Order: sequence, then C-alpha cells, then structure tokens
Amino acid sequence: MANTILNVDGLHVGYRVYGGTLKVLDGIRLVMDAGEKIAVVGETGCGKTTTMKSIMGILPRQAVIRKGQINFKGRNLLTPGTEARGMRTIRPKGVSMVFQDPIAALNPVFTVGQQLSDVIKYSRGQTKQLSKQSVRDAAIEVLKLSALPDPERILTNYPFQLSGGMRQRVCIAMALSTAGDLLIADEPTTNLDVTIQDQVLRLIRNLVEEQGMSLALVTHSLGVARQMTDRIYIMYAGTMVEVAPTEGLFDKPFHPYTKGLLGSVPKLTGEGIGLGIPGRIPDYLKPPAGCRFYPRCEEALPECKDNKPELYDVGGGHRVACFLYR
Amino acid sequence: MRKTWSSMLLRRLLQSILVLIGVSILIFGISRMVPGDPARMALGPRTPEWAVENLRKQLNLDKPLPVQYGLWLLKMLRGDLGESLVTRRLVNDDLRDFLPATAELIVVAAIIEIIGGILLGVFAARYSQTWFDGFTRVLAYLGVATPSFVWAIIFLLIFSFAWPILPATGRLSAGIITPPRITGMIVLDGILSGNFAAAWDCLLHLILPAISLAMYGVAQSARITRASMIENMERDSVYAHAAAGVPRRVIMTKYVLKPSLIPTVSVMALDIVAMAGNAFLVEMIFNYPGLSRYGMTAMLNKDLNAIVAVILILGLCFVVVNIIVDFIVALLDPRVAHYGGV
Repeated sequence: MANTILNVDGLHVGYRVYGGTLKVLDGIRLVMDAGEKIAVVGETGCGKTTTMKSIMGILPRQAVIRKGQINFKGRNLLTPGTEARGMRTIRPKGVSMVFQDPIAALNPVFTVGQQLSDVIKYSRGQTKQLSKQSVRDAAIEVLKLSALPDPERILTNYPFQLSGGMRQRVCIAMALSTAGDLLIADEPTTNLDVTIQDQVLRLIRNLVEEQGMSLALVTHSLGVARQMTDRIYIMYAGTMVEVAPTEGLFDKPFHPYTKGLLGSVPKLTGEGIGLGIPGRIPDYLKPPAGCRFYPRCEEALPECKDNKPELYDVGGGHRVACFLYR
Repeated sequence: MRKTWSSMLLRRLLQSILVLIGVSILIFGISRMVPGDPARMALGPRTPEWAVENLRKQLNLDKPLPVQYGLWLLKMLRGDLGESLVTRRLVNDDLRDFLPATAELIVVAAIIEIIGGILLGVFAARYSQTWFDGFTRVLAYLGVATPSFVWAIIFLLIFSFAWPILPATGRLSAGIITPPRITGMIVLDGILSGNFAAAWDCLLHLILPAISLAMYGVAQSARITRASMIENMERDSVYAHAAAGVPRRVIMTKYVLKPSLIPTVSVMALDIVAMAGNAFLVEMIFNYPGLSRYGMTAMLNKDLNAIVAVILILGLCFVVVNIIVDFIVALLDPRVAHYGGV
C-alpha cells in the first residue's frame, strides 16, 4: 500500500472578497495511497470542499492558491501563475467527484442522457472519436453500475423527474463514467434521507472496491467515516489537526478538537446531547496567528497563541497537530 | 401529467380572446368617456351645429354606450374598423399602410435587441471583471437611462449629419422605385419581387431608428443575461462538467447559456412589445410613416375608431408575443412544460 497516488503538501488557498482575502486553507497536508479510503471530517466551513475543489482544479474564480503542492500520480498539478491570481491548477485525469447536492450538481434543463453523454464524450473521446452508439452504451453501463433501474428511460429524463436518491446515483454514474483512480465524494449523503443514505454509501463503497479506486470521502459524520474508511483526517479551520487510522482515532483521540467532535455526536441510546465545542470557527479575514483552534481550546498552552503546531507522530500512524503531544 | 403542446396552445388562444375582448371594452369605454366631442373636433369650431349633430348620428354617438359598443363589435367582426375622422379614410386602409412600416421597424429593432443583448451579456459574463465587462456596464446604464428619442437625435447628428453614411428620414430614398405591395414591409417586398436595391435602401433607412429604439432593450437584456450567466456559472453542475473535462466553450454555450436565457427571453418580449408604443417619438424624429405616429395623432384628435383600432392591434401583438414567449420558455425549461405552466 506504499504506492502514493495523491500528495497534497502545504496547500494555502484563500478567497478574494470585499475587504481582503479569506485565508481559508492554511497548509493542508493530505496523503493517499492507491486503493486507500480516507475520510476528511470537520465542521461546516472548515475548508473540506475547498481542499477537494483544489485537487479537482475547479475552484471558483475568487479563489487564490497562494502556496503549496498537489501531486497526483507523480504529477504536480499546480503551476506558478501571477502573484495576484495565485497558482494555476491543471485538471487531473483520473479523479472524479460526487457533489453534495444532487439537485445543484445536475443541470436542470438538460436530460440525464445529454449530460452524461457530454461527460463521456469529452472525458474519453479526446484521443479517439466515439460513435453515438458507443457513448450511449457507456452511459447505460455506468447507470447500471450505479444500480439504477431502467437506464434507457433515465437517459431521457430530466433531473427534476428523478427522486433525490436516484439523482445522487446519476451523479455517481457521471463520476464513474470518467473512470478514475480516485473518487472524491463531497458529503454525498447529506441531502438524502437516512435509508437512502445507507444505500448510496454502500453503493459508493462497493463501486470503489470493485473498480480498485481510492476514495476521499468528505463528511460531517464520524459514524459514516468509521463505516466507510481506513483512515481519517480531522480538519479544523483550514488545517489538518489529526490524522489516524480509523479505529485508532476512535480508540484514542488526541487533539482537543477531535475529542470535542466525538463528544458532540448525539447518541442513539438517549444520553442526551453532548457538550459540543463552545465558540465558532475563526474569522478567515484575520485568523489566529498560531494554532487556529487556540481561541476555543480548553487545554491551550501559552505557545499556542503565536506558533503553529506541526503534525507530531504519536505512534501507530497516528499524528496530531498539537503542542500537547510534542 | 404532461400536456400536449396543441392543448396548451388552444388554452392560451382562448385566454387571449378573452383578454382582447376585455381590452376592447376598456379602450372603447375610455375613449368615449374622455371629455371633448369628436364630431366637433373633426369638423372644426366654425361648423354649424346641425352638421355636427349629423356626424354624431352617423357615428352613433347619440346612442347609449353599450349599444355603441355592440354596433362597433358587429362591424369589427365583419372586418370593418370604421372610418378615421382625421384621414377621412377607412381605418383598415390606414392600418394597411402604417402597420407594416412599424412592424418592419420593430422586427429590425427586436433582432438588434436579441443579438446585441445576448452577445453583450454572454461576453460580459465570460470576461467579467475585465475592461469589456466595465464597458458593457457603462453602455447598459447609458442605454437604460437615455430615452430612445435622445438616442435618435444623437444618431441623426452623428451618422446623418457629421458623418453622413446613413439616410436620415423616411422609408426610401428619392429615386428608388417602391416594390409592388405584397406584405407592405418594403424590405421583404423588395426581396420577394427581386428589387434588391429597394430592400437595401429601406434597410439602411431602418438602421438608425431601429438602433435608437433597441438601445434600452439591448442594455436591459445584456444586464439580465450577464447576471443569470454568472449565477449559472457558479452552479455545482458546471463544476461537475468542468471536472469531467467538458471544455469551457461547450459549458458556456450550452450548459450555462440555456438556463440563463429563460429570464432574458421574458424580459425581451416585454421590451419588444413596448417598442410599439415607444416608437412614437422615434417615428416623429425620423419622419417615419408608422403606426405609432398614426395612433398618437389619432389620440390627440380624439379620432375614436383609429384609437380603438391601434390599441387593439397593440393588444394583439402583446398577446401573440406572450404566447410565443411562453412556448420558448417551455422549450428552454422542461419543468415548465412538464407541469403545464404554459
């Protein structure tokens, strides 16, 4: 498993807004091996989606990549650009993405067939011209793989004619059709109801395993992360605060934020709502100079205020960005 | 359940007939309730009272209003809109002369608005926050803020006076033979009868008034197109297609443009219908023999039959354009068609 396919190192991404730059990503590090399934967990607004969009090369125009490296299969995806606009990204081949909201991720005024065939045509057809029939066959094949009944009919449907779960399956089919080494699933089940969530997650896991892909799953839910992945990255305010093999993280969380996150999960056993973490994520216009969790941290040390902790190894592939574990 | 196009069309046509009947009652009533005696105005202050009385009788003005309307409606259904008190001709003949001229003007202005508005909007969105975007923004503010008759005068000064490359007034230059009447639209008649010189000359005459008339609409639809393009460019579906390697050109001209046209089309339709009314001053300035000028003259002279006819024609245009727009929107947006929104 030592074959690294994705290596994000020291990624700094900001958003230009009125009044300055939102310094969202602050030195993100993320390493994935071939065939590995990872989860990126964190609260809303901590930069999970920004990280994934950086890898995909689909950041919105206001975004600026200031520093960092993204290597996919040994190829650097970032090239130096102008100082104001930041670095440019090269869109990687072999990475596909499932978005959070299947309503927004499909164009409402085109049929599933039109959208899927364009995706297939342009992702595969650059080297050879594909016939209409072979595009259609490929589309039906990925729809079948995504466990959609009656794919011929679905091709002629508009997104609004499908249920939420079916739409997300169509999105998964679209991601599959670009046939990659890495599937990024950005909160694929957040907008679905619970029974459908489970089906969609199983589908994603089975497909990833069958196709031998790697999976980067972005989620709020530690439960989903535990069920689906081998390794978990805990993200807080644009930094990676803890990386651990899935079971190791649940056995012994180190970072104060991770502990708080685990304490926040409501239990089905009815023990009441957990304590949660007081406070909120920092203002990205003026983030804390040191550890970004410092203002909310109950175990903060004096040096946390001005110094950024690195990821310290605490054994068993478990690493924590906290001065408590130096 | 999905309704068929023809049943939608039928429903809309029935609705339109009701609308037109409503419009006719309204304008018939209003035009007769406004103070001022049409018969007296037509004949002048020095005419003896018995002559005015005769004309009143002749126009049925001595009968109660509902009876007048009924009589007018019966004639109208036979295709007779009565006589104009100003031109002393049948309103049908006047319309036959003036309507095609204005129709031609508005068609050219509408083409300018559709092409100009969409192109400017798309490029302003594609190159947003660049000099081109700034340029279209200024152009749009100027276009919206400046009335069409001001544009008319400015264009006349520049292109007919300071740098005379386009004709200033009328429909045809002196010495050009008018093509035989087929539709009454000279450009079309010229092409149909092979008289291309006349068609070209008429088109040159149309350029300045049409651009003056279209400026407002171009500005407005460019802004709306730009705004909805930018909104649609930020959708996840666009990122999803981009991530899958669909080229930017295809995304912009297909996946972003189509949903962006939905609001634009509705606004454009209203603009284009409004042109018929706004054309009045432009037709005056360019001395263009059109329906707007005819209608306005009729109103100033309380020429009842002409007023009602012109307003009805405008109402008809409005209704027809709206039906067309609803069908275009249904073509662009499958949700509208599906839920029978048309």
